[in-house]
Amino acid sequence: MTFNRSDLGAGAIFIAIGLFFGVTTLAELDIGTARRMGPGYFPIALSGILILLGLVIAAKSVSHDDEALGPLPWRGLVVLLSVPVIFGVLIRPLGMAPVLALTTFVTAFASRRMSVKAALLLAVGLTLFCVVVFNIGLGLPLRLFGPLVEPWTRPVFGVR
Amino acid sequence: MDLLANLGLGLSVALQPHNLMFAFLGCLLGTLIGVLPGIGPTATIAMLLPITMGLDPATSLIMLAGIYYGAQYGGSTTAILINLPGESSSAVTAIDGYQMARQGRAGVALATAALGSFFAGTVATFILVMFAPPLARAALNFGSAEYFSLMVLGLIMAVALAHGSILKATAMIVVGLLFGLVGADLYSGAPRFSFGIPELADEVNFVAVAVGVFGIAEILRNLENETDRDVMVKKVTNLWPTRADFRRMAAPVVRGTALGSILGVLPGGGAILASFASYSVEKKLSRTPQEFGHGAIEGVAGPESANNAGAQTSFIPMLTLGIPANPVMALMIGAMIIQGIVPGPNVVNQNPSLFWGLIASMWTGNLMLVLLNLPLIGLWVRLLTIPYYLLFPAIMAFAAIGIYSINSNAYDLYALALFGALGYTLVRFGCEPAPLLLGFILGPMLEEHLRRAMIISRGDPTVFVTRPISAALLAFSVIVLVIVLLPAVRRKREEVFVEEE
Repeated sequence: MTFNRSDLGAGAIFIAIGLFFGVTTLAELDIGTARRMGPGYFPIALSGILILLGLVIAAKSVSHDDEALGPLPWRGLVVLLSVPVIFGVLIRPLGMAPVLALTTFVTAFASRRMSVKAALLLAVGLTLFCVVVFNIGLGLPLRLFGPLVEPWTRPVFGVR
Repeated sequence: MDLLANLGLGLSVALQPHNLMFAFLGCLLGTLIGVLPGIGPTATIAMLLPITMGLDPATSLIMLAGIYYGAQYGGSTTAILINLPGESSSAVTAIDGYQMARQGRAGVALATAALGSFFAGTVATFILVMFAPPLARAALNFGSAEYFSLMVLGLIMAVALAHGSILKATAMIVVGLLFGLVGADLYSGAPRFSFGIPELADEVNFVAVAVGVFGIAEILRNLENETDRDVMVKKVTNLWPTRADFRRMAAPVVRGTALGSILGVLPGGGAILASFASYSVEKKLSRTPQEFGHGAIEGVAGPESANNAGAQTSFIPMLTLGIPANPVMALMIGAMIIQGIVPGPNVVNQNPSLFWGLIASMWTGNLMLVLLNLPLIGLWVRLLTIPYYLLFPAIMAFAAIGIYSINSNAYDLYALALFGALGYTLVRFGCEPAPLLLGFILGPMLEEHLRRAMIISRGDPTVFVTRPISAALLAFSVIVLVIVLLPAVRRKREEVFVEEE
């Protein structure tokens, strides 16, 4: 028996999202009545629809042939999905400039074609560019250097 | 003469030096991202939105609009020169435009696209001026029932015009609606889906959603197989079309403009539909249909005018009703909300300088784009070959800074990663991201109007079919749904969207 993995996968994701919202709604929110809808009325209705759609999509996967999905960019996935998290965790303690340099350096390796030297150059160049544009040009209220690195940067750059 | 007074007000705003400067910046950026691989206008506008928050509302919207139609121009450049439409709406241009380039007529194709777009942009701007105010006046009488039905129609159109499976597109909308509901309940104030974490008590940041499903997912798609772009035309010469070319492109441009202006108003990506419709119309009307697919200038002139006109008129529902026709308009609505402007029919009365200034800036912007594109084409050609591995780290850096700077909330960045993962997985499984974003923006509004209508009607659901405008909108939704599900239309629809890819 063949089945279409895309349809099955999409259906499963929709069911999972529907269950997540549906169960949370049932556990925490007041549904109310059609006349006085509570905060849970709309979510529970939508969750039901989504689960139903997910079931139909998954069920139809049997009637479609499978198609090749192409290679998964593993490096890209790991790097690109962790970079925002790294940025979020370190932006307060380190400040914008060091975090940018670090995340850019890491991001560059999502591509198989990147060399260490090019990544270093890119990290430095992009950090400088962003500091000039966002900090000096647009005046975004982001600290360049956070409390963790400030003792070392203050003598050179002052308080920024 | 209201019309002239309004236009005058608009021009006085659009011609202020700093507005001109930001319109230019927007057009420049738009063209740039249209030409560069792997990042579309939706992700770009989402990333730059936080930065424009410091500008005044009119200036910020003028710049964002510039990015949008600038990207349309840039997208046609790549379609013609390397057969890769930078924008889905220029996919049709690639068919004959690339063939013209192979015959050494790249310059003429580019000039045709630019001049056709400029004509279309000018006409569509006037259509906006004429039709937007009456529509806004009519919309002032809309109650919650009408708004609910209108949004249902919008969402159904988005499903009908999405690529691929209708079921999946519908499910994507529902996913968007659900995520849009996260945050405090409007009536009771009860926190929803926050799990007791204070940073999650606010709604999900829509910039993070947009950059995640459009930006990160797109980068990952591009990393699936990294290839170099092959630019065949290293130097573009002979820009100016001949007299014969002008004669051949005149009628298609006019027809394309008309088609695009009408279809652009439709919710759910009218500009794309318009360029396809225009192409098939030109092919049917042509005395030499065999030339199509082998470098027919009509096949560039018509669709290019159509998609630019459509891009322009898609502002009509956004400006008058507060309802987005496509993901970019959804972002514009988000930008207005951030700026403290309530989108809807009141914008024209309460913020006339913003309303008319934005419209007038479309015309100045289109003029800038012609000047920017034709003489500077050599520069854009060189940019076509920038390797992707230098670009996406920059995209990621801008995205992270932009999103963090909105609320200084690290959870917004975690949401970015989450929606990147979700977006990429779903796109890989054959789902379109656009309906998700539309649903996300419309979710809270849809719920608000549904609940308000039900409260006013004392729980009587027939209110949606007994009020005439609401009933008409719902009837139209049903008709659209039936048409899309008809077997014959379904097959045709599949053909069209296969051709596009």
